[in-house]
Amino acid sequence: MKNKIEEIIIEVLIELNEELEKDALNNPTKDTKLYGGSGALDSLALVSLITDLEERISDEFDNDIILADEKAMSQRTSPFRNVESLTIYIQKILEE
Amino acid sequence: MKKVILITGTRKGIGKELAEYYLSLGCNVIGCSRGPGTIVNSDYRHYELDVSNEKDVVKMVRAAKKEFERIDILLNNAGIASMNHFLTTPYQTVQNIFNTNFFGTFLFSREVSKVMMRQKFGRIVNYTTVASALRLEGEAIYAASKGAIENFTQTISKEVAPYNITVNAIGPTPVETDLIKAVPKDKIADLLDKQAIKRFGTFEDIKNVIDFFIDDKSNFITGQIIYLGGIHN
Repeated sequence: MKNKIEEIIIEVLIELNEELEKDALNNPTKDTKLYGGSGALDSLALVSLITDLEERISDEFDNDIILADEKAMSQRTSPFRNVESLTIYIQKILEE
Repeated sequence: MKKVILITGTRKGIGKELAEYYLSLGCNVIGCSRGPGTIVNSDYRHYELDVSNEKDVVKMVRAAKKEFERIDILLNNAGIASMNHFLTTPYQTVQNIFNTNFFGTFLFSREVSKVMMRQKFGRIVNYTTVASALRLEGEAIYAASKGAIENFTQTISKEVAPYNITVNAIGPTPVETDLIKAVPKDKIADLLDKQAIKRFGTFEDIKNVIDFFIDDKSNFITGQIIYLGGIHN
């Protein structure tokens, strides 16, 4: 499951970057920084990433998830900081 | 291309009339209410849900997106009213009113905006009331829930503007529907007297404003609240 989630995140990032055209997102990997600090996404791009991911993950796993939930927003270290943390976070939601 | 319109609260009243009107224009209409649907039309889909149930709203919007591939227009029509002196208003009543009126509007706006931002087009129409502008005694809670919607409408209109989504609100005067049948006649007469044009609103009056807000040409109209009958803040 983890590999599939990571694969989807990377696919979504590549699609998103067709619009954003950020060098840092040219070849996303599990270490690619997303939001906060030196992350490549601004808040509007993060909104796009979240909404695209919600749809793709919900379709793939047949589970209507909401990524921007209370837990995500209140965690001390944001799950949106890089691809790996986001993968782990999504896996946790799917397993709940 | 057929427009896809999502309308909440389509079992009766204005919501049902609007759904039938847009169906007659050849639109696809997706509706919902707490009870079973009352509209039979091959272009109509009905979902039974409580508009303040997050999971059900998410599910409905995703299913609608899957079937029709887009949602052009959202009419946050579902609403409940209650007249009561605030000193004798049960807390549960306040929660129910905010659940349907404000939280329902929030949830549908959020979920449908996600679809609209991808298609880079959307029209959202929220519902307020002249009771909010008039600070009507006896409607403190109902008007407060609508006041929240007005502020929300204007703020999110800025947040979604980059995606070519407009968000506006209509503030109807009393219309002769179920929503006001329990309101004493003299109270309604007092209210009508406060309007510049002293008559009940009609379905046509509401439709006219909504048609204006959702028109393709209205892409420079956002964050606006239009009250019927010549009421203003």
